[in-house]
Amino acid sequence: MIQNLLRVEKYVDSPLNKMQVMNDTLNQVDADQILKIHKPHISVRNLNVYLTKNHILKNVSLDIPDKAITCIIGPSGCGKTTLLKTFNRLLQNSIDVRIEGDVLVDGENIHGKGVEVENIRKKMGLLSQRPCPLPMSIFDNIAYGPRIHGIRRKKTLTLMVEKYLREAGLWEEVKDRLKSPATSLSIGQQQRLCLARGLAVKPEIILGDEATSALDPISSKKIEELFLKLKDQYSIVLVTHTLRQAKRIADYVVFMYLGEVIEAGPAAEFFNNPKEKLTKEYLDGYFS
Amino acid sequence: MRHMRVKRIEEKIFKTLMMVATLAIVVSLFMIIVAVVKRGLPAMSWDMVSKIPGGGFYIGKEGGLLNAIIGSLYIVIGSITLGLCFSLPIVLYINLYLPEKSRLAQFTRLSFDVLFGIPSIVYGAFGFTIMVYLGLRSSLLAGILTVTMLIIPILIRSIDEVVRRVPKEMKDAALSLGATRSETIRVILRQVVPGIITAVLLSVGRGIGDAASVLFTAGYTDSIPTSLSQPVATLPLAIFFQLSSPIAEVQDRAYAAALILTFIVLILSLAGRYYSRKYSKNKI
Repeated sequence: MIQNLLRVEKYVDSPLNKMQVMNDTLNQVDADQILKIHKPHISVRNLNVYLTKNHILKNVSLDIPDKAITCIIGPSGCGKTTLLKTFNRLLQNSIDVRIEGDVLVDGENIHGKGVEVENIRKKMGLLSQRPCPLPMSIFDNIAYGPRIHGIRRKKTLTLMVEKYLREAGLWEEVKDRLKSPATSLSIGQQQRLCLARGLAVKPEIILGDEATSALDPISSKKIEELFLKLKDQYSIVLVTHTLRQAKRIADYVVFMYLGEVIEAGPAAEFFNNPKEKLTKEYLDGYFS
Repeated sequence: MRHMRVKRIEEKIFKTLMMVATLAIVVSLFMIIVAVVKRGLPAMSWDMVSKIPGGGFYIGKEGGLLNAIIGSLYIVIGSITLGLCFSLPIVLYINLYLPEKSRLAQFTRLSFDVLFGIPSIVYGAFGFTIMVYLGLRSSLLAGILTVTMLIIPILIRSIDEVVRRVPKEMKDAALSLGATRSETIRVILRQVVPGIITAVLLSVGRGIGDAASVLFTAGYTDSIPTSLSQPVATLPLAIFFQLSSPIAEVQDRAYAAALILTFIVLILSLAGRYYSRKYSKNKI
């Protein structure tokens, strides 16, 4: 009996589950969606980030659900990108950065001692704002990841390149010119190439830092469709500037303002029924 | 309207100034080449590039300059190889491993800027001092080492410029695929190969044409060296010694040597441009 009680308590304790429990009573349709979410894939606990003397992230705690699209929204300069970069520890590369608090991926603290940073990064594919192909051919771009992780056999690599180019919806467009430089592709194609390149290291999480903001509408639609297709296999975290994009594809939304998480919740509830005044104002376009 | 007219006149003045500057320099450089060709070409013969000096008139009446041609190539190839072995790791270290704005990186850059400006005779004198200290004779090895010191600042500063310009996103892209920092070097090198070729060309130009640094260190000889410990002749010194001769015939040989030197630099530049273009195919 007591054990059961404890279990219930534990269940309710996680913010996500709290949301879930509340949601059950609020809206049955939402509940179905959220039930698909199993457990938090990335958990952030009391994260503080200082850049030189600026306090960029202030006591951020949140959970990123597994196998769903999470959109991080908020006005420019609110720390969205910084938060994303702490997930794969790219932030440490700059000087004058101080990070306090925990980021747990699959329950493992990635800032802990003895953590292989390469293994953390391998778990996450990163899509940057502007596509950044490596200075090599299309084939070598995809094969770069597998190669550094020890796959050398030409036949395996060829199969992998095809598989991931197909997954990123690029295969038909480039299959005849795998040897040409990656820069010969259009910007939209380059972004899909970067996605395929990221997928080729078999990540569990895809991080997108305004991944569609430099693209034309058609290309960004393609990328969005890809995200929707991929969310069954990957946890996807997107920083986005456009509210409409978040409305279109997000399952879970995190709203940040001046380095703090103001509100986080399932998309339907977040957009239809925001709890915080600031969120309401942002959604209504009082500031952006 | 008046304002527009003033603007247009300004535009014209500046355009003319730029044209005059360009023309003045191009013409005077072209005149050097004309002078070299005019006096060097009559003295050129197959013997000049295929035979070593045959004696007479102290330094060269018969025979050719093969000793200096081979010597210069030996020195320049040796020092470029050695220079790259040092400068590439230094540049990659200060750019990849040291944090941005690191004091050590800034100090390194500053010191190479200063070394860049030091006259080559100082390098020669420095090399000579060390040779005396170690009890060495002037030799191919000493020449290579001195020229290496001379060109390392050029190599480092020009490679550093291109490595610094590698977009941060590219390094991040490689890192986010799980590459270690040393694995990102492959990506970075691919991006900067054209820049490295330019750096090598600049240093070849400086290294092959410099007389003062090899004067004490490499020495001069009529024969082609067969080991690193033998002295070696170089084209700039061949020009220097022969030009200081009072005999017109020997002076003409100096111009022939200058012509050969110019030709070698021209060939290397063309080859460099070709490879630079070839390798910039994949560049972002």
